[in-house]
Amino acid sequence: MSERRRWTDHPLVQLTRVRYREFFREPEAVFWVFIFPVLLAAGLGIAFRNRTPERTGVAVVAGDSGAARVADALGRAPDLQVLVLPASAAAEALRTGEAALVVVPGPREVEYRYDDTRPESRVARLLVDEALQRAAGRPDAVPVSDRVVHERGSRYIDFLVPGLLGMNLMGSGIWGVGFAIVDARKKRLLKRLIATPMSRAQYLASFVLSRLTLLVIEVGLLLGFGVLVFGVPIRGPLTVLVALCLLSSLAFTSMGLLVSSRVQTMEGASGLMNLVMLPMWIFSGVFFSASRFPDSLQPFIQALPLTAVVDALRANVLRGAGWQAVAPELGIILAWLGVSFLLALKLFRWR
Amino acid sequence: MQSASGEPALQVRNLRKVYKDVVAVDGLDLEVFAGECFGLLGPNGAGKTTTIEICEGLNTPDSGEVTVLGRRWGKDDRELRERLGISLQETQFSEKLTVEETVQLFRSFYRKGPAPDSVIDMVQLGEKAKSRVGTLSGGQKQRLALACALVGDPELLFLDEPTTGLDPQSRRQLWGLIEGFKSAGRSILLTTHYMEEAERLCDRVAIVDHGKPIALGTPRELISELKAEHVLEFALAGNSTVDEGPLRQIKGVCAAAHQDGTYRLQVEELHLAMPGLLGELRRQGAQLSELRTHSATLEDVFVSLTGRHLRDE
Repeated sequence: MSERRRWTDHPLVQLTRVRYREFFREPEAVFWVFIFPVLLAAGLGIAFRNRTPERTGVAVVAGDSGAARVADALGRAPDLQVLVLPASAAAEALRTGEAALVVVPGPREVEYRYDDTRPESRVARLLVDEALQRAAGRPDAVPVSDRVVHERGSRYIDFLVPGLLGMNLMGSGIWGVGFAIVDARKKRLLKRLIATPMSRAQYLASFVLSRLTLLVIEVGLLLGFGVLVFGVPIRGPLTVLVALCLLSSLAFTSMGLLVSSRVQTMEGASGLMNLVMLPMWIFSGVFFSASRFPDSLQPFIQALPLTAVVDALRANVLRGAGWQAVAPELGIILAWLGVSFLLALKLFRWR
Repeated sequence: MQSASGEPALQVRNLRKVYKDVVAVDGLDLEVFAGECFGLLGPNGAGKTTTIEICEGLNTPDSGEVTVLGRRWGKDDRELRERLGISLQETQFSEKLTVEETVQLFRSFYRKGPAPDSVIDMVQLGEKAKSRVGTLSGGQKQRLALACALVGDPELLFLDEPTTGLDPQSRRQLWGLIEGFKSAGRSILLTTHYMEEAERLCDRVAIVDHGKPIALGTPRELISELKAEHVLEFALAGNSTVDEGPLRQIKGVCAAAHQDGTYRLQVEELHLAMPGLLGELRRQGAQLSELRTHSATLEDVFVSLTGRHLRDE
């Protein structure tokens, strides 16, 4: 005879509430999952905000009679900040980045000293050369005009917010599930739980359920912050964005289950999780585009779940991509979800 | 609420379990009758925990049969779990939950059983219901473990070293709770290495050593098999020794043994043995440095069977 029960007495509800309680009663977990990504977005957004272009520093080596003439010609260019320095000080300025380029006026020719791997140095070379040649009387062959545009969606913060969102989904999925399960196994709580009539599927389902609800807060906070504070555009269909977040979170939760399926100690779990996540932190293009890595690495990078998540989120948020456009990434995410979950079920140890 | 027709609550036949290089359980038989409290008494490493975990369905034997409440593991697991209460050695419940939340969680797994509040009151944790598990003392945590074992209204209760590591007062408090459960007619299998615990709680006891039972009976039976009601222990001043032969001849002494400088005499009639011992020591010219005597206990049964103590302290 089973008695009539309130819905809150259902084991799945109880288990899921335990997940919430354990999470919200751990202030550090709340900080890392909810607050840290927002702080990171704020910090990076401010550091890399678009500014009125700064004047580029250029050093002119003093001494030669041509130095004054060169400095005068460069001084009239609005984008250049000219320093006239002795040779050693000029070299020092180049090393420290105070000057992007050193101009050495000579009797017959002017020498440019710069590092061609520094983008600002290459810009400085063009600006300096332009200013000097024009001062010497070179005419413009083609008439041109400038019209400056600031497009929302192409700034670094726009690039960054979907990346951070993906990284956060990965971290909270893998860490949140992994640590909780390994901790319960280490404390022999898993063993105690399976000594009751508890359904094992409901136990695992409680992690998925709690992740999905925490996800709403997690995604809402970070995207809300990006939109309200930095004006990040959300151009894609919302249904696609919601589905992407759900499936990504499920995929990473499954990976968390897999990682924690056998580990007995917190140290072991921590090491294994970092091993799994480190390649994605580096290669998946959270902070800069993954296409910067060599072509030979691309098949590996493109197969990583976080690469797919971040690419799909960027395509949706910044370029308005719908179902069809993110289908390849969705495929990769679903494959990770399915394989991890099935492997986790097979490998999982309750003792 | 007992199982039908006097069927035993638990029946174990020829149980064997071997880990890589250790034989943990070596052909063990035991039977727990409905309504009794049965104790597995033995030192650490005797195979008690392996045995009880096999009975709980948490470990699988290499060979042998286990019948719990007339059912077998592997066939009726879900139903069996509804009818068993289990307290494992060293379970740590989540420290961030309160006592009440923990008991509610465990209650939710069972189809029937008492309300969480009443179980919490039963184990005398009412005042701590809203406290986090992390703030509980060792004894309170053990009572919480007991509450989680009782929350499904079990017919058979498994307790693996329920009082290990507790102070005497907490231990006695837990004993009272277990006695209460027993008086409600339920069956209990418990393991312990405290002989006082077995003597006080258990109707019958099996003493196990190296995975085998070496004695079985009521605590009273086992003690009376010693044929000696008292144990007399003494040590000698300096490093002097006495011959054990003449000690055994003293009137009233049944057996004598010597280990680590302590002499143990099993004594039937203390009033005869004591003067005899003093006379013998004087004759051999030995000086006493210690002398004590106590009524025989299960510990003495274990010592006389194995030559070792239950606990190496």
